[in-house]
Amino acid sequence: MKRKISKTFLNNAFTYLLVIVAFVVIMTMQNAGKLTFSFKNQLVPACVFIVMAVSLNLVVGISGELSLGHAGFMCVGAFSGSITIAVLNGVVTDPTLRLVIGLIVGAAFAALTGVIVGVPVLRLRGDYLAIVTLAFGEIIRNILNCLYVSLDEAGLHFGFNNPALPGKMIVNGPMGVKNDAKLATFVMGFALVLFTLIVVLNLINSRSGRAMMALRDNRIAAESVGISATKYKLMAFVVSAALAGMAGALYGANIGTVTSKEFIFDKSILVLVYVVFGGIGNIWGSIISAALLTTLPELLRSFPEFKENRMLIFAIVLILVMLITNSSMVKGWIARIKALFSKKEEAPKEAAAAEEPETEEGGTEE
Amino acid sequence: MSFLSNLINGISLGSIYAIIALGYTMVYGIAKMLNFAHGDVIMVGAYISFYATQHWGLTPLLSVVVAMAVCTVLGIVIEKLAYKPLRSATSLAVLITAIGVSYLLQNLALLIWGSNPKNFVSIVQLGKISLFNGELIISDVAIVTVLCCIVIMVALTWFTSKTKMGRAMRAVSEDKGAAQLMGVNVNQTISVTFAIGSALAAVAGILLCSSSPVLMPTTGSMPGIKAFTAAVFGGIGSLPGAMLGGILLGVIEIFGKSYISTDLGDAIVFAILIIILLVKPTGLLGKKVNEKV
Repeated sequence: MKRKISKTFLNNAFTYLLVIVAFVVIMTMQNAGKLTFSFKNQLVPACVFIVMAVSLNLVVGISGELSLGHAGFMCVGAFSGSITIAVLNGVVTDPTLRLVIGLIVGAAFAALTGVIVGVPVLRLRGDYLAIVTLAFGEIIRNILNCLYVSLDEAGLHFGFNNPALPGKMIVNGPMGVKNDAKLATFVMGFALVLFTLIVVLNLINSRSGRAMMALRDNRIAAESVGISATKYKLMAFVVSAALAGMAGALYGANIGTVTSKEFIFDKSILVLVYVVFGGIGNIWGSIISAALLTTLPELLRSFPEFKENRMLIFAIVLILVMLITNSSMVKGWIARIKALFSKKEEAPKEAAAAEEPETEEGGTEE
Repeated sequence: MSFLSNLINGISLGSIYAIIALGYTMVYGIAKMLNFAHGDVIMVGAYISFYATQHWGLTPLLSVVVAMAVCTVLGIVIEKLAYKPLRSATSLAVLITAIGVSYLLQNLALLIWGSNPKNFVSIVQLGKISLFNGELIISDVAIVTVLCCIVIMVALTWFTSKTKMGRAMRAVSEDKGAAQLMGVNVNQTISVTFAIGSALAAVAGILLCSSSPVLMPTTGSMPGIKAFTAAVFGGIGSLPGAMLGGILLGVIEIFGKSYISTDLGDAIVFAILIIILLVKPTGLLGKKVNEKV
């Protein structure tokens, strides 16, 4: 038992170290002027998607529920964050402080949405839960698509479906939020990644995190020893939503115009793909795959043939990796489950079944 | 009168959803997987029909046959290459692969047919029916769509209850292992299911583009997702459920769009889905499966 705990600490330390080293390397390269313009443009989105992937991994990997509406929380964060930053434009002069307040407000609103969505959704299981999270993601996007907000001396005015609002328009329905200045910086993105890691890794290794994993592995057994499924699943869901909201707020501060069209279902799927590439339940895997897959299409843009077909190649690679790694992946999981519950009887049978389809060597991704 | 015309539009749209949802629900019932690429098979079917009528000079009816044939082959190939090796994998791995196939089909379509929207010419050219001095106009496509849906439903019900292959499908969906022990060829049964689902998707794609004539590589994805919600709505795995769910969803969508808000049409559809699922999580006609410890 003691060896296991120290292994977790080593793992966490390795994750922090990896991120800090990557940050230092990139900063040094940036100061030396070695980075291309398009690569620099990808730094903040990479940070945003690392946070998105890590937070989704908390729900999919640790809590064991498939969420397909993660982009919805990002959308809430982006809108509320951008509105806050616009409101504070004349009040708070320090841009970093303004951004930080924007991130906090974004996280708060996303967490609130997470509670509203999570309470009904987490009563469902499996495929039904997946489809309802997808539905909620679309509903959030649809509602924000009709939202109009304006600002004058009296404060904020809200309206739906193109009303006449007094003062300066901040949110213009389908046209979205127009940001006056791009506040997001790579340093801020790095700080957010580090913050996310501290929150998520500490949560996973706490009593609550172990309860979540127990519920994931065997819900009935966990509930029979008094672990509240609703409480812990909701906790994972809301923390994940809040972090996605922060990522969304940073994302919003990085682009000129935030529209709800940005946060379609495809974005949730993209984040899910990052999580799966990195390994479900593996936090530092998520970091690497999110960073790699966000910057890779941009890096390959310099080759014209890749520029046209990058999504096609991405899809093919996705299918191939799933096919190749699957058998060994399943074997790895079985081995891990076997180590945890050595008395579980189904394990040998499942392992035997898993060996059948593919015997190629796995783990080619990272 | 506008109520009646909305109702007819809703039933017509719902019939398209129902045809797509039948494919979803059959595959789910037998292979226990969500075939996310189903929506993109719809798009491929519509493109094939478009090129068959506009460029290869085939008659509309023949173009439907060609599209169904191509989609059937496509469905079988997808199943053999992408899903069969993952039969014993976790449902999440299969789902991700299905999403990959969906992206692959969309981007292949983008590569082959380009991103410009094609103006799909309706394959049904019978003329509109005008009732009550032109106050109520029923389009020919709507009538053909509803008729198609009824024919498909009757044919599928007959197929699953009376033929040997249909009974094999029901056996596999009930218990794969037991069916295999009784001499059912499970792999062949799953392939046939994919073939039927994909052929239906081709029909749905052509009908969809006949009523709303914009054809793009992403045309199939939203109707695909909505049909999936229709299948869940009616109780996934149940054929009459898919039909009922599809038609209800179509009617709700059209009424929501015309009486509440055009922009919120999709949100209303999904909101009602959520309410239904929370009240009756197995869907309208789904079977309740008791949890075993």
